[in-house]
Amino acid sequence: MIDTFVLVIATVVAAATPLLLAATGELVVERAGVLNLGVEGMMLIGAVTGFAVTIASGHASLGIPAAALAGAATALVFAVLTLTLMANQVATGLALTIFGIGLSALMGASYVGTPVAPLPKLHLPGLSDLAVVGPLLFGHDALVYLSVALTIAVAWFLKHSHAGLVLRAVGESAESAHSIGHPVIAVRYLACLFGGAMAGLGGAFLSLSYTPMWMEGMTAGRGWIALALVVFGAWRPWRVLAGAYLFGGVTILELHVQGANGIGLPPQVFSMAPYLATVAVLTVISAGKWRGRLNAPASLGKPFRPSV
Amino acid sequence: MVQHKGAGAARLELRGITKRFGSLTANDAVSFAVAPGEIHALLGENGAGKSTLVKGIYGLLQPDEGEILWDGQVVHPANPQEARRLGIGMVFQHFSLFEALTVVENIALGMERGTDRKALAGRIAEVSRAYGLPLDPHREVHALSVGERQRVEIVRCLLQSPKLLIMDEPTSVLTPQEADRLFETLRRLAREGCSILYISHKLQEIKALCSRATILRGGRVVGSCDPAVETARSMAQMMIGAELKSLARRKSKPRAEPRLTIDDLNLPADGPFGVALKGVSFEVGAGEIFGIAGVAGNGQNELTQALGGERQIWPGKAVRIDGRSVGHLNAERRRLVGLCGVPEERNGHAAVPDMSLAANALLSARNRTGLARGGIIRRQAAHGFAERVIREFGVKARGAEAAARSLSGGNLQKYVVGREVLQTPDILVVAQPTWGVDAGAAATIHQALFNLAQNGAAIVVISQDLEELLAITDRLAVMNEGRLSRALETTDATIEEIGLLMGGAHGAPVETTAQQGSIQNVA
Repeated sequence: MIDTFVLVIATVVAAATPLLLAATGELVVERAGVLNLGVEGMMLIGAVTGFAVTIASGHASLGIPAAALAGAATALVFAVLTLTLMANQVATGLALTIFGIGLSALMGASYVGTPVAPLPKLHLPGLSDLAVVGPLLFGHDALVYLSVALTIAVAWFLKHSHAGLVLRAVGESAESAHSIGHPVIAVRYLACLFGGAMAGLGGAFLSLSYTPMWMEGMTAGRGWIALALVVFGAWRPWRVLAGAYLFGGVTILELHVQGANGIGLPPQVFSMAPYLATVAVLTVISAGKWRGRLNAPASLGKPFRPSV
Repeated sequence: MVQHKGAGAARLELRGITKRFGSLTANDAVSFAVAPGEIHALLGENGAGKSTLVKGIYGLLQPDEGEILWDGQVVHPANPQEARRLGIGMVFQHFSLFEALTVVENIALGMERGTDRKALAGRIAEVSRAYGLPLDPHREVHALSVGERQRVEIVRCLLQSPKLLIMDEPTSVLTPQEADRLFETLRRLAREGCSILYISHKLQEIKALCSRATILRGGRVVGSCDPAVETARSMAQMMIGAELKSLARRKSKPRAEPRLTIDDLNLPADGPFGVALKGVSFEVGAGEIFGIAGVAGNGQNELTQALGGERQIWPGKAVRIDGRSVGHLNAERRRLVGLCGVPEERNGHAAVPDMSLAANALLSARNRTGLARGGIIRRQAAHGFAERVIREFGVKARGAEAAARSLSGGNLQKYVVGREVLQTPDILVVAQPTWGVDAGAAATIHQALFNLAQNGAAIVVISQDLEELLAITDRLAVMNEGRLSRALETTDATIEEIGLLMGGAHGAPVETTAQQGSIQNVA
């Protein structure tokens, strides 16, 4: 019984990690006032690049940074189009997703069906051998710990560092930030690159750990869930962390329901659950006395054109 | 032209500053100097180049020609950080604050990186106490009143011990009492040796505060004067370079039957930062101009929307025209029964920036003036109507096909007011009719309102500019936190009394001031 429980929790963690990586990245992008809807595309590019480099080099330690770089490079395309050339952010983000789906399929065509060794679980002498607690807390691979560490780092960065304050200011009012002398466009570029790298890492986790192989469109909508998570978490890193594990749990629940026939609900209901939860949360926090806490960055999605 | 006061170099001296935007020369060889501890006024109409000039000093723009001398040394501030390092501080007309951030976070953004925010909070409390500008460092800015927000900007400057403080129209958002407190602070700073460059349209203030004024017109310096010995009228004439038209004041009529009746109007707040209207009641008779004063954000926007029909009201009897309930009608249907409105925001609210003036005329005037009979646009008629507005209101535009965004703020305001006035409404609701509009254009707009009232219309003017309300209204009332005060006869009202109804100075005991009695208007 306890073994099953530990197993289920471990799969929940695995399902939550790519969501957490991508959503934390997108959170930083949105706090800087940029709406990048291309998360799904960037995750796929990261997934295929991480996979290909790992196969070619034989080292996941090269594949993972390569995935982050590939995600950032994809985000750079978005940044140039929307920040420098002033293209519409929503349209460009959607195009980026479609572009990512196509390009990753092309890049990965020869890798379909190729196996890869999954990322090794870290083994901490003593800790990992503990009963129950060991496999729950100390039996995961490096990306899982990295995702939590990066979320904590982002939370600290936004709240306590000067650069994080500038980033929030840029997302709140680009004009004001400009008028007191902060480089709005540069800040937004860096935020976009970070968001792309995080999405790339999320993709690499899918292709190197979650299901260690490459499949076309293997993110299966996780990029969209990550976007929903940012709203669900009201643009706060800690709530995004909680939300990622909640949504991860729902995903796993879906798998188990498909296996068991006891419950009368069709599995599609569970596939819908993350989106329904997001809509419900949005409705609740947008209405009545909660409304002031919605916390959306005031300049979100608004282009900034510095006056001469 | 260049003035040197006292011994040594001037704190700031401009020599031949020129700035061009394409074919437009915004500043043309501007030269003047500000001595240490001097409060120097920069006067000029809209588009005279005042903002461009101070942006150049503050490093937001780079002049094309000319030199900026700082304590005798040539400097080229490339960005605001460099200007701040020199000791130049600036308080913006539209605040550069971040609503969702706290006071201390806002101020930290203007400091060098690596500022310890705990220590900074302590210094903010200290400086704000020392200068009589009470401020809680840990409150979020959206919860502050406009006067408190301005304090944040000033304290931000003071923390860097500035040697020159640039203030761009600082009092346009303050109650008279708050403005007096601000003047105290500025005088004290000047005594301590800080120079102040003060931009304002309010000539009475400049007379009271400044020891020197430089006047800009069309980007050039056209004169300088000592405001204490000039009259407001003579300075206004230097600004516009022509005789100021006197308003043909109407005779007051005995009050007729009310045409517009607002009866216990209640409206819930729209959004977290909105204000609810609570039991607002007033009446406006034929030929009467009724003023609504108040500090911004006390429900004036909501009242404008409720009167104009942008927000509908059930039951409709809270708003009545000639006894008929119209509260439930939308803006277009209210126009058809005779009520036209001019909202506060010109670009994007009163007019669609990217559409032509003719198309903008169609949007509001199509039914009352028959510009689109049976749903089909009569292009010629719309064009003619727009041309008529341009002609009768002296709008400077390339013609009826010019895009609304290509007009300067004052010209677009004349166009928008003209568009509504020429529909000969029975009732006109105007918000901030002369906001950011220079003296000449303001006189045109005021005269149009007088003429409309003379012909029997009832007019409601919602304005933050008390001098304007005192000059043009018959009666006025004050909005404070969604409630409307009793109406005062304008001839009996004093600035002080109105200031008290506005709620006095926010967060501070109300002080009696020297600004008593009736105030003479520029016009």
